[in-house]
Amino acid sequence: MEARGFGTSLSEFASRFGLLFAFAAIVVVFGALRPETFLTTTNFQTILGSQSVLVIVTLGLIVALTAGEIDLSIAGVLTLCVVLVAKLNVVAGLPIGIAIGAALAAGLLVGATNAFFVVAIGIESIVVTLGMGTFLVGLSFAIEESQLGGISETLVNATREQLLGVQLGFYYGLLLTVIVWYVFAYTPLGRYLYFVGAGRDVARLSGIRVQAIRAGALIASSGFAAVGGVVLAGLLGATDPNVGQSFLLPAFAAAFLGATAITPGRFNPWGTFIAVYFLVTGITGLQLLGLSGWVEQVFYGVSLILAVTLSRLAGRRRGDLQTQLGRLSQ
Amino acid sequence: MSNATATVAPPVVRAAGWSKTFSGRKVLTAVDLDIRPGEVHGLVGQNGSGKSTFIKILSGYHAPDRGARLAVNGSEIDLPLRPGAADRLGLSFVHQDLGLIDTGTVLENMRLGLYETRPGWRIAWGEERRRARAALERFGVDVDPDAKVEDLRDVDRAIVAIARALDRLEGLDGGALILDEPTAFLPRDGIETLFAAVRDVAAAGFGVLFVTHRLDEIAALADRVSVLRDGALVATLDTSTTSEDRLIETILGFSLDELYPTPHRAEDAVAMSVRDLAGRQVDGLGFDVHRGEILGLTGLQGMGYEEVPYLLFGATPAAAGAVAVGERTASAPSLSPPRALELGLALLPANRQRLGVIGPASVRENVTIPTLGGFFHGGLLDRNRERAAVERMLADFDVRPPEPARPIATLSGGNQQKALLGKWFATDPAVLMLHEPTQGVDVGARRQIFEQIRDAADRGTAFLMASTEYDDLAHLCDRVLVFRDGRVVAELHGAELTQERIVERCFRGARVGEPHTPDGEDA
Repeated sequence: MEARGFGTSLSEFASRFGLLFAFAAIVVVFGALRPETFLTTTNFQTILGSQSVLVIVTLGLIVALTAGEIDLSIAGVLTLCVVLVAKLNVVAGLPIGIAIGAALAAGLLVGATNAFFVVAIGIESIVVTLGMGTFLVGLSFAIEESQLGGISETLVNATREQLLGVQLGFYYGLLLTVIVWYVFAYTPLGRYLYFVGAGRDVARLSGIRVQAIRAGALIASSGFAAVGGVVLAGLLGATDPNVGQSFLLPAFAAAFLGATAITPGRFNPWGTFIAVYFLVTGITGLQLLGLSGWVEQVFYGVSLILAVTLSRLAGRRRGDLQTQLGRLSQ
Repeated sequence: MSNATATVAPPVVRAAGWSKTFSGRKVLTAVDLDIRPGEVHGLVGQNGSGKSTFIKILSGYHAPDRGARLAVNGSEIDLPLRPGAADRLGLSFVHQDLGLIDTGTVLENMRLGLYETRPGWRIAWGEERRRARAALERFGVDVDPDAKVEDLRDVDRAIVAIARALDRLEGLDGGALILDEPTAFLPRDGIETLFAAVRDVAAAGFGVLFVTHRLDEIAALADRVSVLRDGALVATLDTSTTSEDRLIETILGFSLDELYPTPHRAEDAVAMSVRDLAGRQVDGLGFDVHRGEILGLTGLQGMGYEEVPYLLFGATPAAAGAVAVGERTASAPSLSPPRALELGLALLPANRQRLGVIGPASVRENVTIPTLGGFFHGGLLDRNRERAAVERMLADFDVRPPEPARPIATLSGGNQQKALLGKWFATDPAVLMLHEPTQGVDVGARRQIFEQIRDAADRGTAFLMASTEYDDLAHLCDRVLVFRDGRVVAELHGAELTQERIVERCFRGARVGEPHTPDGEDA
């Protein structure tokens, strides 16, 4: 990531922090409209606690997107891992540690399989992961169709316990955001990821091991989704093979919206973090205004299109995401 | 303009007074050219002499300057040509890339856009297949209409393209076939089949315009040849009465009479030696480059010289060969960019936009990418040290503006190139390979780039410079290898190393004064 320094210009500043201003603005608007329900500690605790899984999954997604790969299998991995944790722990009676280990290993295996088809065989990642995601959801139903309860209290407590009034899950998301930020901003690996995504041939001719980076990015993205699945299993305390799919679109919306902030034009962890909470705050506010169930999908769907439009428009000036979007849409 | 005194058939194509100006620069000046029915008319000239501009006006791609006139089969046609007009007039083009769809079958390619349809828009495949086979048999080639184009030999592919072009002239009284360097990427074997096909076309009464860089092909195929130099038509000659020397002199605009004595070059330690290198075009290539030497690789485009840096850097896979840099050796097919960098090689590619820079990334990110590991200490990228190193480099190479945080796309081409040169010098290569290093670079930056190369050579860096800028090569290089059909046909150094000599060797492999047979070189 390029630290261009603060305040090189007003527009630079506005584009870096515009999302935060928008965030503040919707808090003010909803606060004014529904002070008694929106502006409460409980509401903010719920908002922060509820989105940890989406943060984790989206962080994995931006690793893949940065390297120029689309990963549509993340929701499938998430589903599989939730189901595996419950099945192994509840039905098979294995210790929770082993169940978690197996779920994470399954996630990495999926990532490696994606990488094999995309990198070694050379199929477009959008095709491979679309098939893989659907396959995994089906596989999850085959493993356990019913909604199993009774997942080990250890895992449940490890995600639901509160620290400073917010569920621990939130802090896992925060911690992973810091880790991804470190990798992106302070290691050569982060720069290589970006180069591979922004100009694969330039990266290759600069001596970067492009194929290894692409494979690693796909494995990382599945790995994050697997971690998200484990956290989700703890938060739910139960399993449901229907649960994962609802994370796919919000993850893409948050990734692209996040790319309009902090380091505009590039997928970045803090932008992602803010975008996830911005989106859920908007939805919560609308729900509190009395708009029921459908509003979530409408909001996320519109947000994805708007986010990509915004980054495209920003890219006209900057040229950055345009390169990456161009690559992704090939 | 119809000429009442003409007793012979009018030219198929008569171009008169064609000029073309691009943003104030005249690239074509009052060119008059006739293509007669039944003749193969060669068109030659150096790169940039205006050949492709002429062809592009004829195909309707460019509009000529005012005053240009065109007559086809004796009737005046308005210029510029409207889209599709060239087709209707009977002007059929085969371009260098042949314009075939490789994954389609021969039949699909032959009839692309011209399918005969039956009621219900059904394509009559049986009829189509019969026609395609007949068209190909006319050239004496036995190609299955259902074969995939990518599976054909290169020569057969070219013939399919020509057969298709001819097919479009079907049913017209007369027409012209314009072949724009169809042989540039063809292997020499089997080329006679292609020539026979072209002669057949001419014998059937069509006019053929044959653009090429190869004078042996002109001698073998053309009846007349027109020579363009700096945008002007300098002569139209009968090939039967024109020697190759005369033709070269006409292309260059001056004569080659004296051969200079060759001073012996002092031998240094060898920086890199290459043996038996083979790729798509080069084969059995071997050479040494010495420490501090600037070795030029040149030829006409498509002759293989431009492939060499990419093969040695592992950017395109080599079929065979061995490379030794200093003490270390590697087999060429095992090379990859990371491995080549380890050996001490570096490559500045010609296509800056696609292979050189990531436009929206900062100058700093672009130039430190191969050396980034060196700034990583104690688990953290030392961005201050990185920035300081980049600032120093930008000052050394006079990159303007010297701002590491600026997106590199906002720099001029020359400044981007200086920054990229700095990027590769930072890896401290034993051999730095440059492909067209001054492409898209303004004159001032060009001089600075040459100075940097010279200075680094004085400090012991070896250079491979693959380029068609013959003037640059003549002035900058210690030695130049001229390629033709994937092989070195001349090695120039000392007083022999002049732009004229390079051009001459590019167009003709054999030495002046030596007996020359056009076909003898491949033996």
